[in-house]
Amino acid sequence: MSGAVATLETPALRRPPRWLVPVAVGVVLLAGYLTMRGTATLPHDDEAAPFLAVNQARDWVDSNRNDNPLFLYGVNYVRIYLGELYAAFETVLFALGWPGLVGVLGALGWLAGGWRLALLGVGGFAALGVLGVWEASVRTLALVLTSVLVALAVGLPLGVRAGRSARVRRALTPVLDVMQIMPTFAYLTPMVLFFGIGPSSATVATLIYAMPVAIRITALAVERVSPTAIEASASLGATRWQTLRKVQLPMARETIALAINQAIMMALSMVVIAALISAPGLGSDIIRGLSRANVGFMLPAGIAIVVMAIVLDRLTMAAAKRERTAQAAPSGPRRYAVAGAIAVAGAVAATLLPARFPDAWILRIGPPVTEAVNWAKFSWYDVTTAIRNVTSDLLLNPLQDVLTSTPWWLVAAAVLALAWWASGPRPALTALACLLGLALLGLWEHSMATLTTVLVAVTVTLMLGLLLGVAAARSRGFSAVQRPLLDAAQTMPSIVYLLPALALFGATRFTAIFASVIYAVPPVVRLVEDGIRGVSPTTVEAALSAGSTGGQLLWKVQLPMARGAILLAANQGIVMTLAMVVVGGMVGAGGLGYDVVTGFSQHSEFGMGFVAGVGTVLLGIMLDRITQGADRRSSPQVRG
Amino acid sequence: MKIRLMAGVVALGLAVAGCGGGARVDTGATATAAAQPSGSGSAAPAGTVNIAINPWVGYEATAAVIAHLLTNELGYTVQKKELKEEVAWAGFETGEVDVIVENWGHDDLKKKYFEEKKVALSAGSTGNKGIIGWYVPQWMADKYPDITDYKNLNKYADLFKTSESGGKGQLLDGDPSYVTNDEALVKNLKLDFKVVTGGSEAALLESAVQAQEQQKPLLFYFWTPHWLFDKVKLARVNLPPYTAGCDADPKKVACDYGELDLDKIVSKKFADTGGKAYELVKNFSWTNEDQNAVANDIQNNGMSAEDAAKKWVEANQAKWQAWLPK
Repeated sequence: MSGAVATLETPALRRPPRWLVPVAVGVVLLAGYLTMRGTATLPHDDEAAPFLAVNQARDWVDSNRNDNPLFLYGVNYVRIYLGELYAAFETVLFALGWPGLVGVLGALGWLAGGWRLALLGVGGFAALGVLGVWEASVRTLALVLTSVLVALAVGLPLGVRAGRSARVRRALTPVLDVMQIMPTFAYLTPMVLFFGIGPSSATVATLIYAMPVAIRITALAVERVSPTAIEASASLGATRWQTLRKVQLPMARETIALAINQAIMMALSMVVIAALISAPGLGSDIIRGLSRANVGFMLPAGIAIVVMAIVLDRLTMAAAKRERTAQAAPSGPRRYAVAGAIAVAGAVAATLLPARFPDAWILRIGPPVTEAVNWAKFSWYDVTTAIRNVTSDLLLNPLQDVLTSTPWWLVAAAVLALAWWASGPRPALTALACLLGLALLGLWEHSMATLTTVLVAVTVTLMLGLLLGVAAARSRGFSAVQRPLLDAAQTMPSIVYLLPALALFGATRFTAIFASVIYAVPPVVRLVEDGIRGVSPTTVEAALSAGSTGGQLLWKVQLPMARGAILLAANQGIVMTLAMVVVGGMVGAGGLGYDVVTGFSQHSEFGMGFVAGVGTVLLGIMLDRITQGADRRSSPQVRG
Repeated sequence: MKIRLMAGVVALGLAVAGCGGGARVDTGATATAAAQPSGSGSAAPAGTVNIAINPWVGYEATAAVIAHLLTNELGYTVQKKELKEEVAWAGFETGEVDVIVENWGHDDLKKKYFEEKKVALSAGSTGNKGIIGWYVPQWMADKYPDITDYKNLNKYADLFKTSESGGKGQLLDGDPSYVTNDEALVKNLKLDFKVVTGGSEAALLESAVQAQEQQKPLLFYFWTPHWLFDKVKLARVNLPPYTAGCDADPKKVACDYGELDLDKIVSKKFADTGGKAYELVKNFSWTNEDQNAVANDIQNNGMSAEDAAKKWVEANQAKWQAWLPK
């Protein structure tokens, strides 16, 4: 060994090779693991002090709800107002009747983008009736409208403030992080505690999830308005308020529309979980299907959510873009006349057609779907269990053994070293703080179990995402076929496909990974595809004329140049995977997700569930900090 | 301008709440004149009964029959609310839930809501006996006849190994809200098994069906009454017999689960002002077979809960006539 080192070129002595430090750190960590394995492992304790403290706080709220002024004059009013607002939306939507509402959607579609969208609006909402879930859909729509309205009323002003002041932005960012990564389950019980069960608390739970994205996008939009324009406006003597209204908001308009669009999408993704605290609508069909283990029963509701998401998404996006393309579309009185005509046609139809969606028009997709799923469950079982066993034996079990048997301080050292190398000192310290927080909260063992499944899920997601993304970037046809499938994978409530997954893979960590991958792959594919498409055509041309083959072009030119987008995809993949941790807890993944689910369903475990929710946030921030630095560095070679 | 607006909002708020002392959550016990968000009616003269629907089909069957009778025989409006157990109990306090039609034990919740908060009370047995236990598919009991004795489980532990059980046999548990002593049982009975938590009822159901179809070994936590027994043949594993008090210390349990008398829980307010509806709920009582028949129609014969209830009601006149208030 020493002989081999001696024969190396001398310059290596003056400047150690780049791989030396990481390898040396790796060797030290490995040696540490081999000698210290099994010590300082921090096993899980259901009665850890932080869990009990949270329980006590819960009991205090429970017994002071009717005496404390904060509740008497604050929270309880919020509850009443939100309930009223929801009831108002519901009354109006039902008063329109189903033909009326379909007509309104048609009119909105026409206003937003002409005939194609008018048809989409009419067809999409009529499909909700054909699926046999009209009334539940209307209730879901009312809930989404209520939460989005409140989320925007609070979120847009906050977003504008954050866009104009870096200080506000810095103060808000961590709060928004927590709101987005905290598993919804963990705050469902507090919701019930504060707002009771029913539409009000469902609205609050939904808007907690939907608001951060609205704030973030608005802030970004306002921030990006060209400083020259603001300068010009100020030098002309405009006040801050005038500048905001006449310059910043109009210029940021399109992006703010995107904020509204995203808030709606987020709200729709909460429909099922909110049903656990008696939110009215499509979610309760899905929950009932789950307890009957019947996919056919929940599928119509699942498809309805996807359809509603697609219609609302296309409508709001088109409305956002219209400002630019206004010249192309018919404008002025004629535009409104046509829209009015469509709406009136709906209203007239409402008086002629029966008030309930006619039974004869409903397409019963349930039974055949159930049959098909049953067939697949029984005939694919051997193959799927084999895949599951191989993955578990080769990947999951060894990794989890290593993580849970390593002393906590060694894991901490490894995380610190990794984050420092990948992202730099500041993120490394944040990552370390999060990890130590997990240990202090009494969540160490379960965090390591969750970390195992998340790491494997992220790896699979990235491999699959790269594969599909590259394929889509190279073939327009493939991309066009894939796009609606990705839309569906992202908006379809995961519980719908969990049942067949449970039958095929059993109640195991593998099932949880399967669900996470389906959920997390779409954004990764999109980012990779956009990244590769974004490589300048001149560069591609140059490479081709220099005689590179398709493979060389991909490996030597397109992938390296799309590096930033791909790393962002990795980061997003992690966040999305973490969002599925709790769902994993329902299908046998154990870990933090199971703690959160337990906390929701057992009185005495509330504290543990809530703390585990916080733990998921810490884990998320840790992984984010480890990976976030990567996309700021242009490439590893540049590093000194 | 801003202050005027605020004042307006507060004034409006007070008007909505209908009382000058702030908005109280409407507890059944104190029954203040606080506002109810519309959409969650109360059991007042309007005649609406709010029934919580806990997430299992047997529960839905009981609720459907009670709802059918309340609607068609007594003329009430019934609101069904899908809720997990713990959350449903919290609804007694806010007035959003009037009845839980099938309660499994939950002594901690009874203590909290019966004695401390005084917002709920028991309305007697449903007549159903809840039995929790360990089960294997029938084909295993046929192939290995002595497997149904817990003393022999270690001999077969290898059969039950899975990718999740870390070299030991796997005992599959269900939803975390269920009553379970399984961790303690495995430890105290010195079984070479690991409790793997499926996390949901669906995880148990899918595993049990596959265990029968694919002839795969499975040992799992389950309970009766349940519709699954009509679809999958199961055999119960005998643990050391239950004696009163043998499960007093949850850490030292070494005996089987006791038989639970399932009961109905109602809010105090519903008991006081529910009139005929409360009488009906109190009188309701049927057998496990009754419930399984309705649940099986819902689950396996593709009927809606309403249709299944109607079918049972039409076939069992004599039984429900006795429940109607005189």
